[in-house]
Amino acid sequence: MITYIIRRLFIGIIVLIIVTLIVFFAMRLLPGDPLTIFIGQQGASGTMSEAQKEALRHEYGLDKPIMMQYFSWFGGLFTGDLGPSIYYHEDVGKLLGKRFPITLHLGLLSFVIANLVGILLGLFAGIRRGTWIDATSTTLANIGITIPQFWLGILLIYSLGLKLHLLPIYGYTSPFDDLWMSTKQLIMPVACLAVTGMAFIARQTRSAMLEVIRQDYIRTAWSKGLTERSVIIVHALKNSLIPVITLMGLGLGMVFGGAVLVETVFAIPGIGRLLVNSVFAQDYVVVQSGTLVIAFIVIISNLLVDISYGWLDPRIRYG
Amino acid sequence: MQDVNTETGFIEAPPRVNEWRRFSRVFFQRKLVIFGLVVLTLMVISAIFAPWLAPYDPYVGNLDDSLAQPSWKYLLGTDIGGRDTLSRLIYGARTALIVGFVTTVSAAIVGTVLGLVAGFFGGIINMVIMRAMDALMGFPMLLLALLISAVLGSGIQNVIIALSVATLPGYARVMHGLTLSVRENDYIMAERAMGANNLRTMLSHILPNTLPPMIVLVTLQLGTIILAEAGLSFLGIGIRPPGAAWGSMVYDGYRFLISNPLLSFAPGLAIMLVVFAFNMVGDGLRDALDPRLRGIL
Repeated sequence: MITYIIRRLFIGIIVLIIVTLIVFFAMRLLPGDPLTIFIGQQGASGTMSEAQKEALRHEYGLDKPIMMQYFSWFGGLFTGDLGPSIYYHEDVGKLLGKRFPITLHLGLLSFVIANLVGILLGLFAGIRRGTWIDATSTTLANIGITIPQFWLGILLIYSLGLKLHLLPIYGYTSPFDDLWMSTKQLIMPVACLAVTGMAFIARQTRSAMLEVIRQDYIRTAWSKGLTERSVIIVHALKNSLIPVITLMGLGLGMVFGGAVLVETVFAIPGIGRLLVNSVFAQDYVVVQSGTLVIAFIVIISNLLVDISYGWLDPRIRYG
Repeated sequence: MQDVNTETGFIEAPPRVNEWRRFSRVFFQRKLVIFGLVVLTLMVISAIFAPWLAPYDPYVGNLDDSLAQPSWKYLLGTDIGGRDTLSRLIYGARTALIVGFVTTVSAAIVGTVLGLVAGFFGGIINMVIMRAMDALMGFPMLLLALLISAVLGSGIQNVIIALSVATLPGYARVMHGLTLSVRENDYIMAERAMGANNLRTMLSHILPNTLPPMIVLVTLQLGTIILAEAGLSFLGIGIRPPGAAWGSMVYDGYRFLISNPLLSFAPGLAIMLVVFAFNMVGDGLRDALDPRLRGIL
């Protein structure tokens, strides 16, 4: 088990380093000098002399060899010093720190709900195969996989917000300021963000359940005279969750990807909204750092999934 | 002598089931697959014949009829620029299909080659390729596309590049796994013993045996790509107006949700229908080509 964990960690670190390389070079090697944008923002593009540009370039470290730039940026990642944002006139580390908890609140809530509801739907569809429960759950899963999250958001805003006046249609309030308002504002965004993951989890749980309940040990469990609840929960569900857990790791990435859309629809000032605005403002440092932080979180959580996977299923550890 | 051999060979072999017939029996059995095929056919027709089918110019509208409600003149109403929603929907099918197909094909080709090479050679080549793929997979698809579009700018070809890079690792991973399992077969060893070189073994023996799952993956990915393109266009990063893309149409209509809800309802429904159709056809293909793939793809 220890060797397995060490091997996974080693691979994980290599992957993280490649991620930093991708993000860095995507931003630096492609056309567009970050300085040109900066100068454009200052509204002084025409009036600046070559010497002044050179001085600015020096100030931002853009005159150093590209590898040196990479290493100093890489070092900054560990100290939290990501440099200033050109557009927001704020330290990027601080900016991300302010926006991140909002996305985390929205994302984690959606993630938990998606998995709970998804597993329950899949479980009942699996053990009641061919009944109306199965039909409803499969239809819901099919809709969930196909519906564009941003469009679902608009449908909800139209029906629940504008027509029925049940819920506020945009904004975010910290749960520490006003828990009730915060919850009301989050119901629709969380529903949108959870629906895709829920659908994938439900489908996977259903097919894993169908696979597991045909196994010999399930027949043994029945013939021992165990109750249905104990057969399903202790024997069937536990074993069918292994492939579902892999999907959960991917689901976390989907939550962050979806947050970009959902935060735009509901005007939530999270990291997704920040990234989209920064793309328009051509504030590359923010795009770069934000994407990197999210990629790190996704990769590290997938690493945890991999490790738990080896713990749940010994065949993988030794494979 | 030879005659006798072939004769008996044919007599002793069990009656061969027509592959196509076996395939079509499973494939056309489900109503949802038929539904998906119908939707896709309609979409391809409207994409190809858009100039003849669309009642109005999708890009230039009549400003006097700005934000018109649905009527006999404009079946689905018009947007702020007086452009006919139905015509834009029809041209949007073109955008969605072009992005979907070009992206999927280019990502599938590059991903397949990378996965094949990594799985076949193993060792350091495998390590470098697959870890790079893991790194790309660490980015949520929409975010990677956002990062790339941020640098390249908007427009249809940049959306295609961004989404291809974002979906490429999926193909590489599946292909890598398939190559590893096919490589272990005896016929590959026999082929090697007969002196086939690497390229020949990879192209004419491993590749054909990995095709069914790859075809299924491509079909299922088409829906995902169209959904992602819609997302990018919705954010204003993909295809921008006046270009006709369903995602940006939803966004434009969003501002007039109270007065003209159809402006964002109609293109959203179109996206959903098409993605649903691709998924149903993909599921059908999977069950007909190789039922063992259920739960894997």
